[in-house]
Amino acid sequence: MPQGDKTIAAAESHKAEISRELTIPKLFYQQAKRYGKDRVAMREKEFGIWRPITWQDYFETVKYIALGLIKLGLQEGDKVAMIGDNRPEGLMAEMAALCSRGVGVWLFQDCLMDEVRYIIDHSDAKFLVGEGQEEVDKALSIMKDCPKLKKIIYDDPKGLRHYKQDCLISLREVQQLGRELEQEKPSLFDELIQKGHGEEIALLFYTSGTTALPKGALLSHHNMLSMGQHLMEIDPCQKTDDYVSYLPFAWIGEQMMSISCGLQIGYTLNFPEAPETSQENIREIGPHVMFAPPRMYEQMTRTVQVKYLDASWLKRMFFKFATWVGYHYADMKFSKKGVPLHWQVLHGFVYATVQKKLKDHLGMSRVRNAYTGGAAMGPDHFRFFHSLGVNLKQIYGQTEVAGISVVHRSGDIKFDTVGHPIPGTEVRINEEGEILTRSPSVFKGYYKNPEATTKTLKDGWLYSGDKGFLDDDGHLVVFDRTKDVFTLKDGRPFAPQYLETRLKFSPYIKDAWVIGDRRDYLSAVMCIDYSVVSNWADQRKLNYTSYQELSQMPEVYELVEKQIRQANKDLPDVAKIRKFTNLYKELDADDDELTRTRKLRRAFVEKRYKEIVDALYSKTDSVHIDTLIKYEDGRQAHIVTDMRIIPITE
Amino acid sequence: MYFGKVAALAGASLQVRKGEIHSVIGPNGAGKTVMMNCISGLYRPQKGEIRFKGERINEVKPYERAARGMSRTFQKVEVFGGMTVLDNIRLGRHIHMKSGILSGSIYAGKTAREEIENRQFIEEEIIDLLEIEHIRHKPVGMLPYGLQKRVELGRALALKPDLLILDEPLAGLNLEETEDMARFVLDVNEDPRWNITCLLVEHDMGVVMDLSHRIVVLNFGNMIMDGTPQEVQNNPVVIKAYLGEEDLYATRR
Repeated sequence: MPQGDKTIAAAESHKAEISRELTIPKLFYQQAKRYGKDRVAMREKEFGIWRPITWQDYFETVKYIALGLIKLGLQEGDKVAMIGDNRPEGLMAEMAALCSRGVGVWLFQDCLMDEVRYIIDHSDAKFLVGEGQEEVDKALSIMKDCPKLKKIIYDDPKGLRHYKQDCLISLREVQQLGRELEQEKPSLFDELIQKGHGEEIALLFYTSGTTALPKGALLSHHNMLSMGQHLMEIDPCQKTDDYVSYLPFAWIGEQMMSISCGLQIGYTLNFPEAPETSQENIREIGPHVMFAPPRMYEQMTRTVQVKYLDASWLKRMFFKFATWVGYHYADMKFSKKGVPLHWQVLHGFVYATVQKKLKDHLGMSRVRNAYTGGAAMGPDHFRFFHSLGVNLKQIYGQTEVAGISVVHRSGDIKFDTVGHPIPGTEVRINEEGEILTRSPSVFKGYYKNPEATTKTLKDGWLYSGDKGFLDDDGHLVVFDRTKDVFTLKDGRPFAPQYLETRLKFSPYIKDAWVIGDRRDYLSAVMCIDYSVVSNWADQRKLNYTSYQELSQMPEVYELVEKQIRQANKDLPDVAKIRKFTNLYKELDADDDELTRTRKLRRAFVEKRYKEIVDALYSKTDSVHIDTLIKYEDGRQAHIVTDMRIIPITE
Repeated sequence: MYFGKVAALAGASLQVRKGEIHSVIGPNGAGKTVMMNCISGLYRPQKGEIRFKGERINEVKPYERAARGMSRTFQKVEVFGGMTVLDNIRLGRHIHMKSGILSGSIYAGKTAREEIENRQFIEEEIIDLLEIEHIRHKPVGMLPYGLQKRVELGRALALKPDLLILDEPLAGLNLEETEDMARFVLDVNEDPRWNITCLLVEHDMGVVMDLSHRIVVLNFGNMIMDGTPQEVQNNPVVIKAYLGEEDLYATRR
């Protein structure tokens, strides 16, 4: 197999070109043959113990699932939808779908019924692979609306003993079917893999869409593989590295790390025991590389801040001193002027006493590169991690380029930029200030949506819909979604995200929504962090029964005001928040207020909370809310409350 | 069962069949918990007979009843707040440990094997079933009430009982926790690996009617009737004594 040898060589050295012929299954086949029984492909914590899965096991399972799918009637190009938490079985099902020449479609685990129905129906999925009872229930209830869906495959039989539907089949049975098919046609699997071509569609990815219905982006094998290759050229990983996979597979970033990069390098993927234990499991593994959206890092910062508030005086002093030194040290490094010796000594001291331990608690003691992307990250958070000595980098990208296109280089980090384009990628700003990208990873178009495709893809350039510019050092600065950019009173453009991320640096604030496009002043609707603020309230012996009541207490308003004043500091007058109110509930993706990746859907909330917005721009000092809330189980609650409007003066 | 001159429980005859979920309902003070305490051995009834697996157990001590395959949970959670979740559950497993202090300190051969088997049972059957992986090493006292209830159930299950007495397992839980708990009860009752007979005291009528095979109704220490959920719902005396107080399907929904 001269063909095979050539591509193995390609995988061995990162510099070599990934050929157009290479597909994900072909690469998988080579890696599995190469590593076999000796290397661990994945690890899953189950029943309290980390259990390894070798490349051999991985390969066998994928092979039988793939053949089983064929036996069940999978044709070339059929869609296989997958839903569930991060588990080896999920990734195996995806790999099997690709190996059997199908197309993978991932759904978010917490998708509501309507979203599941829309995606399954729109993607023409023939199979749905779910984890257990919850997913099976979802699938069964949409079965009648999605006539193209033929089989529902589940993996965990817990709670399913009374389910007798014909369309249900367990993953185990699918593998058994695969084994039978192998008996009949022993060479079928190899033939299937050899048939593929890199330009064929591998994955159909639904973008979360802050404005409209999700759109399905078609990504080819070559898109995915070239993406991973280019990232690895900048920040090479080793095959001995560990990576923890705990973010939804339906997020392109996770696909990029698990498939695009993971398969090429062959590092070990680790799966946490349950979603709730992931932070703990990350610490146990100590990954070498991390990629997460800002909210994960924000959460870590918050954990540290909350622990700080509860710590003893001596510990607080130590921490204060260490962060002061850390910030100073990081700033000196950012400015690339070199660090004087006495600062190095001081930094060495605080690193040994505080920061090393802190990093260990966050599971970051071995992290070589940590990436954040998918949304804007506040400079405060960014500096916080650098003060700890974590090499955190911003990336910029979207589903339509199979992950990322722009990233910081080590030693050349500015916290208000996203860095330089990765190799093989060209980035250009057009006259309107929109960011355009061209690379081998640019997607093939939207599924069943030629209109959107022609709008987004012109002459091979991807029109991102994001506003940005290149700074003097050639770093890309992403401003905001074009439609989200505000025009301030003095005519200046302004990115509300910037202010929102600043506000969110306070541990007491969970979400912030800044309003003020073409208005006289900026105002904000704040959502407090329930667990942190309730802890704070307990210490002050304040009584409350619910989020709603807590959020409307005068003391809490004072607390929030203090946080806003902090964020207002050193901002020009027109960009300061002048009025705010505390929302009576948390913003929630289940209410369509946020996307699944927790981005604010501005147009939607503006419509939904119109009376609040109006009140913020009138002379009233409170707004009366009288609304019905529908819970997931169908119950309704009647909410009557008065939200106060607090002006902030100098 | 008398407390002074108060007949807390009199003339009650209850027969729980193997493999069933048998519920006991009644208004407050009807003697439901007294009945459970009599069965588990906390109280000694002055008259009458309690039989378990065909044997009279009136004089058998509570811990001996546990060894014979009986375990229970309490209306108000009785967990060891300072101990971790895992330790609480392990405690329930003690009855099945045969090795003594000496062999335990050497920890080899049979003792080690036994320990591993027990660990496997706790992890695979209980922690996985109750979905409490994330709190394994947390002290129980710091957990919210709903999880404490779950831990208590876990400890009762660690005995691998044949009869599980659940005294108001749903009291004080929110809707989601109620649904979870009801599912766990159904699981241990129906799953062939457990097949536990359950004796359930509960106020949530919706859950009782859905789960139970048979229901006993008590009022002022007397038994009104014993029958299927259908019969209980249609019995006029029962409706008057208890169900009539609220809607027939008074549940938290």
